[in-house]
Amino acid sequence: MSKNVQSKAESIINHARGLRWQVGESFHDRAIEALYEEATTIAGKSVIIAGEPPRFNFDRTLDRLVTSRWTGFPIMFLLLAAVFWLTIELANIPSQMIAGLLLDTVHPALKEFGVWIHMPGWLSGLLFDGMYLAGAWVISVMLPPMAIFFPMFTLLEDFGYLPRVAFNLDFMFRKAGAHGKQALTMVMGYGCNAAGVVAARIIDSPRERLIAIITNNFSICNGRWPTQILIATIFLGALAPPHLAGMASALAVVAVVLIGVFFMFVVSWGLSRTVLRGEASTFSLELPPYRPPRILQTLYTSVIDRTLIVLWRAVVWAVPAGALIWLVSNISLGGQSLAEGVINWLNPAGVLIGLNGVILLAYVIAIPANEIVIPTVLMLTVLAAKMAGVGSGAGVMFEFDSTEATAMVLQAGGWTILTGINLMLFSLLHNPCSTTIYTIYRETGSVKWTAVATLLPVILGVIVCFLVAQVWRMAG
Amino acid sequence: MAYPEQCELCPINKNSKLVKLGEGSGPTDFVVALAGNPNVGKSTVFNNLTGLRQHTGNWPGKTVTRAEGAFSYDGSNYKVMDLPGTYSLMTTSTDEEVARDFILFGKPDVTVVVLDATRLERNLNLVLQVLEITDKAVVCVNLIDEAKRKGITIDDRSLARELGVPVVLAAAREGRGMPELLQSVRDVATGALICKPRRSWTADKKVKKAVDELVEQIEEAYPGLANVRWVALRLLEGDQRIIDAIRSGELTTLAEHGEQSKQVISSEKE
Repeated sequence: MSKNVQSKAESIINHARGLRWQVGESFHDRAIEALYEEATTIAGKSVIIAGEPPRFNFDRTLDRLVTSRWTGFPIMFLLLAAVFWLTIELANIPSQMIAGLLLDTVHPALKEFGVWIHMPGWLSGLLFDGMYLAGAWVISVMLPPMAIFFPMFTLLEDFGYLPRVAFNLDFMFRKAGAHGKQALTMVMGYGCNAAGVVAARIIDSPRERLIAIITNNFSICNGRWPTQILIATIFLGALAPPHLAGMASALAVVAVVLIGVFFMFVVSWGLSRTVLRGEASTFSLELPPYRPPRILQTLYTSVIDRTLIVLWRAVVWAVPAGALIWLVSNISLGGQSLAEGVINWLNPAGVLIGLNGVILLAYVIAIPANEIVIPTVLMLTVLAAKMAGVGSGAGVMFEFDSTEATAMVLQAGGWTILTGINLMLFSLLHNPCSTTIYTIYRETGSVKWTAVATLLPVILGVIVCFLVAQVWRMAG
Repeated sequence: MAYPEQCELCPINKNSKLVKLGEGSGPTDFVVALAGNPNVGKSTVFNNLTGLRQHTGNWPGKTVTRAEGAFSYDGSNYKVMDLPGTYSLMTTSTDEEVARDFILFGKPDVTVVVLDATRLERNLNLVLQVLEITDKAVVCVNLIDEAKRKGITIDDRSLARELGVPVVLAAAREGRGMPELLQSVRDVATGALICKPRRSWTADKKVKKAVDELVEQIEEAYPGLANVRWVALRLLEGDQRIIDAIRSGELTTLAEHGEQSKQVISSEKE
């Protein structure tokens, strides 16, 4: 290209930039609005609708409700709360049944079998107390909520509600300088952050895609739902009268979700104002017609495609983690187990941010999969508090028959409501699991952005927990 | 089959002037681009014209390249490009870029915009954007059978008057409307029909003045560039893709490329 043309190119660009100021910043939006208005006018003149079919009216009315400025957000909020409430209320019973089978029946049988074939104690401990129990715990605590949560979520998706959520949130994302489609990847993240990160491919601009990838971790993935639900039930549900406990817990979980959304916006906003500067791009979002959900098919696909695949992944990660937990609890150095040593070492830092050494260690062990945080926490708490007669011994993960028993153990381990609240917050704001980290690296191809996406949430989590702890201690 | 066999031979039936050439490798007189939203039946129209069996039932994002076919009608050879479905020409995803760049810089002789009659309003957004780029367009309102079932009737005359380009009602799956579409395509391609497309949505005075200023400047720098007006409009909106294209010289290349493909086509004619 000749110099002459190049200078002409620059002068055209500069001229255009100058003119842009004259026609105003919102020119692009105005142009699109004018375009849509024009289309509406023309369509109005050329489309003759004889006797609108009822479905058409139904769609319109419903859309007016769920995407309205006034009712859109309350409806979203209520639907979310209802889904969690049903999950919490319904998951309890099958969870206990599975736990009864896998932990109270199969586990002792396996131990007996080990004795019968003269298996050495350490091997039986590693295999049955470490690996088997970790897997069994994950199944009993995750399968029921997932089997209830995923179909409900899929039904909403099938019905056509999710694009409306994206529609509602679009203006907020745009204000945050992010892409409206990020609402969709965010929603995907509630299932699995790794899936949410991959879904960010639907966002065309690399800048906005990076924002969506980095902030996806603020959607609580299904590995973290059990933690949220259990801790909310123990510490916050207990504050409410018994018949309202389920509702109170559900609302607490919704609150954490909203805090996550809040952080997603704040971080998106921060990124788009600093390192990832730029304007939000426009996109068309199709609001598909509402369809009556196909219930049987939804049940089938959400069980096969989501529940079992996610569960399998959790088990695959939980089994080696179970072995690791058993080892650090049973290898002694200078009179105390490795786990105890690390817990004592981490404790001051943990207490400073309203948590404790047990939780911090549990998060280190649970990097592969968020699902095993709670079992690890319980196991390590018993170990640290050296409670005789509770649990089954060093390095053994266990399930308590009721949430009251879990609460007893945690309170004996020095847990307070503050610990519960901060655990929920930390579960929201900490590094993504290893699968997600790897996925982020694969999608961005950048070590730098992977590091940002990994470390940013942890730093935020530590800061938030620290502040909450300070305020809590000052107030109380 | 919409017509019995004997109709194919009847000179009154315009369809009989159609010879489907499949992928067609012979000389080409005119290039036709098929554009439209995803899932409006573009590929069905394409298959109808060319006799090919391009996979239909696309999902947005799956088709990112264009398919080519050919037919001969009324003594002229036409090359058809089935472009990926797009909702707009303003976003920057790969599939939409394929469509946009072809309509913009490939200089098709006719751009046929296929619409879904049941979702006319939404589909019109794309039509208005295409009309912003090109004068030579035909609107094909497809799926009128589905629309009829839903109690929707499209007034094609009123639509044609509003848009300033020929409008054809079609049900491509049954072959309905194809003869009329071919006729309109021929009329626009040969220049027998001059379109006066609607462009009032940018008629805001301030904008118009700014666009005019830029057009003048661009025309001076890139003589022979197609759709200068549209480029100016995008520049005014700060479209980074277009700014980059100007800066990197891609626009020059595309402009030259457009000229070249035109020359190739005309030399093939001889």
